[in-house]
Amino acid sequence: MESEGLILFFIIGAVLVGAAVAVSSFAPPTSTNPQKAETYECGIPTEGTSWLQFNVGYYLFAILFLIFDVETVFLFPWAVVMREVGMVAFVEILIFLTILGLGLIYAWKKQALKWD
Amino acid sequence: MAIDIYDFTGMTSAIHESLSAVLSPAATTIVEMTIIGIVFILFYALVGLFLVYAERKVCAFIQCRLGPRRVGPRGIFQTIADFIKLLMKELLMTKNADKFLFNLAPFIVIIASFMAIGAMPFAKGLHALDFDIGILYVLAVSGIGVIGILLAGWSSNNKYSLIGALRSGAQIVSYELSVGMALMTIIIFAGSMQLSEIVASQANGWWLFKGHIPAIIAFVIFMIASTAETNRGPFDLAEAESELVAGFHTEYSGIKFAFFFLAEYMNMFVVAAFGATVFLGAWMPFHISEMIPYAEYFNMGMDFIPGFIWFFGKTGMLILLMMWFKWTFPRLRIDQLLTLEWKYLLPINLVNIVITAFFVLTGFHF
Repeated sequence: MESEGLILFFIIGAVLVGAAVAVSSFAPPTSTNPQKAETYECGIPTEGTSWLQFNVGYYLFAILFLIFDVETVFLFPWAVVMREVGMVAFVEILIFLTILGLGLIYAWKKQALKWD
Repeated sequence: MAIDIYDFTGMTSAIHESLSAVLSPAATTIVEMTIIGIVFILFYALVGLFLVYAERKVCAFIQCRLGPRRVGPRGIFQTIADFIKLLMKELLMTKNADKFLFNLAPFIVIIASFMAIGAMPFAKGLHALDFDIGILYVLAVSGIGVIGILLAGWSSNNKYSLIGALRSGAQIVSYELSVGMALMTIIIFAGSMQLSEIVASQANGWWLFKGHIPAIIAFVIFMIASTAETNRGPFDLAEAESELVAGFHTEYSGIKFAFFFLAEYMNMFVVAAFGATVFLGAWMPFHISEMIPYAEYFNMGMDFIPGFIWFFGKTGMLILLMMWFKWTFPRLRIDQLLTLEWKYLLPINLVNIVITAFFVLTGFHF
């Protein structure tokens, strides 16, 4: 079983959630009350929407993640063939990781890793 | 070898042959898939029920309480009672929520954990999805789960949910790097990303022991990072109940809340099973060196324990470790969390990969 198994597991997962939600949407007793549809925030009326601007810190870490995740994508194929290729692969990855390490040190010195 | 007495390959191929004798190839595939589907749904439900019960009992033990004990003997039916209760609760939705995404989020978290479980090698021959990029596949599908959490938090239109979801996003994407790089150590040793081949390469010793210091460092980093990736333990900032009510699932009720809850436990199982597969040799029994006297008798005795017991035993030990983390460590702050990842785990990991490569190059491992 190869890639069709992926579709199978996707479908099972969807069916599992779908069936339970379907049962739960008609089985329980319901009552309507305008208070129930309010956003839960400390019991006082909600001020405005929450779809607004947020701290740039999260964005910065997402960018850093992107850089290093692309790096891991390059490292995975290298890791598989490392044993066969030998010395050449080792020297190459040393250069590659040094450049990336310099990038990390740069981000560190620029206070990009500091949360505020 | 004695390991072969618990080989399930013959059983699965016998089922396949007897089905294809009476049915057309297309019908055989459909029947087989139905069987696999039903088995995995039952397995999923069983593991979920057991883990929630185990968590409550372990928590109670650590806090000197009794835990659930009223429903059934020693409270073993407590989780089933809870499930029925949650199923019979009304599903609420706030009037400001994004309805489509709000309903979509539980589907995404459950499907992601379900697809990851399919790739686990439970015993020899019991391996549903065995891709040649198995490790990358598990990392990829478990990474989808964060989309569900972000959607849940954003679509609720609740400030607590939004903050929880953003924290969770920053946390999971950061720690995913460490998980990937810790696994890379073992990929370098084993020279393959296929889970069955990684298991086969551990027939004469688990990588945790064979890989010397790099493998031990990688294992410790893997356990820390994967605990963070499942939003558990000291890293549960996304649902920090003392500051954010319930974080990203504040607005969810009834069975939809239960799915977020279940997904957390199933992710814990996936992570523990994955760690057991890569570092502890999945269903491979524990063997000691032939140099020790009477080692062969000990090893033969170990071979008589079935593979799936080894697998679930190792997984259970790692799950217990993660529960232990959760109930003993205080919760981290977000800045401490990101400092731990970016200033400690990531640089250590990069150096560790180079050391591993050096070890493999010089042949300095068993």
